[in-house]
Amino acid sequence: MLRIEKLTKKFGQNTAVDAASLNVEGTAMIGIIGRSGAGKSTLLRMINRLSDASDGVIEFEGRDVTHLTGAAKRAWQSDCAMIFQQFNLVPRMDVVSNVLHGTLNRRSAFTTIFNLYPQSDIHRAIEILDRLGIADHAPKRAEALSGGQQQRVAIARALMQDPKIILADEPIASLDPMNAQTVMEALRRIHEEDGRTVICNLHTLDTARRYCDRVIGMRDGRIVFDGSPEQLTTNMAREIYGAGADFSEAATSTEIGTLEHGHAEDAHIRALREAEATA
Amino acid sequence: MAETSASTRVDVIQTDYMALTRRKRLYSLVLLIVFVALMVAGFNTADSRNAGGFWNGITHVFDFPAEVLGEAWENIAELPRHLVAHLPALIETLNIAAASTLIGLIAGTVLALLSTRGLARWPRLIGLFRRLMDIARAIPEIVIALVLIFVLGGGPVPAMIAIAIHTTGALGKLFSEVNENVSLKPVEGLRSVGATWAQQMYLGVIPQVGPNYVSYALLRFEINIRASAILGFVGAGGIGYDLRNAMSWGQGKYDQAAAIFILLFLTIVAVDQISGYLRAHLTYGTQAREGVRP
Repeated sequence: MLRIEKLTKKFGQNTAVDAASLNVEGTAMIGIIGRSGAGKSTLLRMINRLSDASDGVIEFEGRDVTHLTGAAKRAWQSDCAMIFQQFNLVPRMDVVSNVLHGTLNRRSAFTTIFNLYPQSDIHRAIEILDRLGIADHAPKRAEALSGGQQQRVAIARALMQDPKIILADEPIASLDPMNAQTVMEALRRIHEEDGRTVICNLHTLDTARRYCDRVIGMRDGRIVFDGSPEQLTTNMAREIYGAGADFSEAATSTEIGTLEHGHAEDAHIRALREAEATA
Repeated sequence: MAETSASTRVDVIQTDYMALTRRKRLYSLVLLIVFVALMVAGFNTADSRNAGGFWNGITHVFDFPAEVLGEAWENIAELPRHLVAHLPALIETLNIAAASTLIGLIAGTVLALLSTRGLARWPRLIGLFRRLMDIARAIPEIVIALVLIFVLGGGPVPAMIAIAIHTTGALGKLFSEVNENVSLKPVEGLRSVGATWAQQMYLGVIPQVGPNYVSYALLRFEINIRASAILGFVGAGGIGYDLRNAMSWGQGKYDQAAAIFILLFLTIVAVDQISGYLRAHLTYGTQAREGVRP
């Protein structure tokens, strides 16, 4: 379905993505892991055509989308939804309007500027919000919502596009563990219930293991691992993150279970600081 | 049971939101009608007061530029000589603009600091300093220039003072808005070591607001070049004076007028380019030169 071949992106002297090749058949939930700066975001941004590839080919259902321009490029972007780390909603507009932005490619500038969306679209937007459990917030401004709720609005906007593929760029990196879980579960449900392909950049290993059927590891712009979560050994993970022997999965975890250990550590540090302050 | 109650809940939200949307659309429609009505009414008033009438005059809009360009084209060989001849006047205009911008920058900075809540030296006099800036902005430059030319005689000094007064008011207003967003923590730090008000401002506030100040001052410099060219028309010297002479002379001097327009245009472009570069450099620091990775 999606085929990427030797995709490369250069920023001046720096190579952000280095000849990445990838093949996705059927529907899948794919997690891309790697430390920050490994080229994960750049890869997704090139697939969505937010930025242009320096070299290589992106093919979707046999069609080359690498060099689309104008209306054809925008039509592809409408088929290929994107979810961002910082949600990228319009903060001063209400939640339903933000979701309705998912239909912009199908509507003329005139009707959208004067807020003349068809009633059926408005009803569908609220149904999608209900599915993600935030329909009660429909008339509120997006900025009034918590981070986890805003990210679900962003997912609703993506669903409103009725996309063939959903790209999520670090969707939970700005969220607390509780909200992160809700958002990841929503993405997983969309994959399972609607049969949509979801490609998700994640910076923690356990999230990828838990929610994805296939994991891709990137390091310094290259794809260094591509396989099932079971094939991803601790040694392989160290290789992807370029970490030493002290690396453990718990250290990068955002899950609530593994975090208890981390909290204990925090409490220890806090106690030390307080002792220092009172001394 | 749970199924039906859930779907009625969504129905209620949908109905409520549709009602909200319809109300918003009604407001937008009313606003649009008011806007169109104001446009039509305003245009008709202006058209009826106009001596010649808009629709009669519109066809002649390009007559004057065509005449100027036509004559300039006939005497194209004279153009370089005219450009050189008017260069000293252009430098005079630039001098007026630069001096008035500098004076306005300094006076505006002081007035802005004196009229910002939290920074002011005399908090009770904030209103007074604000009104002073309002007055400086309210009186048109050309009025101040005419009064000063009457008192001091023609020349670049009255123009410079007139523009400096207006610049003080305009920059003071912009600067005090910049000051609103300043962090008071460094100022408090300096107060804690026993610094005077001037020290607190110069060492604690200016480093925070400097780039914004310079950016606004450069924009003001561009505006002041145009202003000082216009003031030349009322006898304040500079390239505006030459331009008025060339244009009021009528046919025969239009080639000079064209040369002056070219000089002014090139100057504005040059200043715009330089100040754009400087502003980008001040705002983004060294990143402006290197490609920023998204």
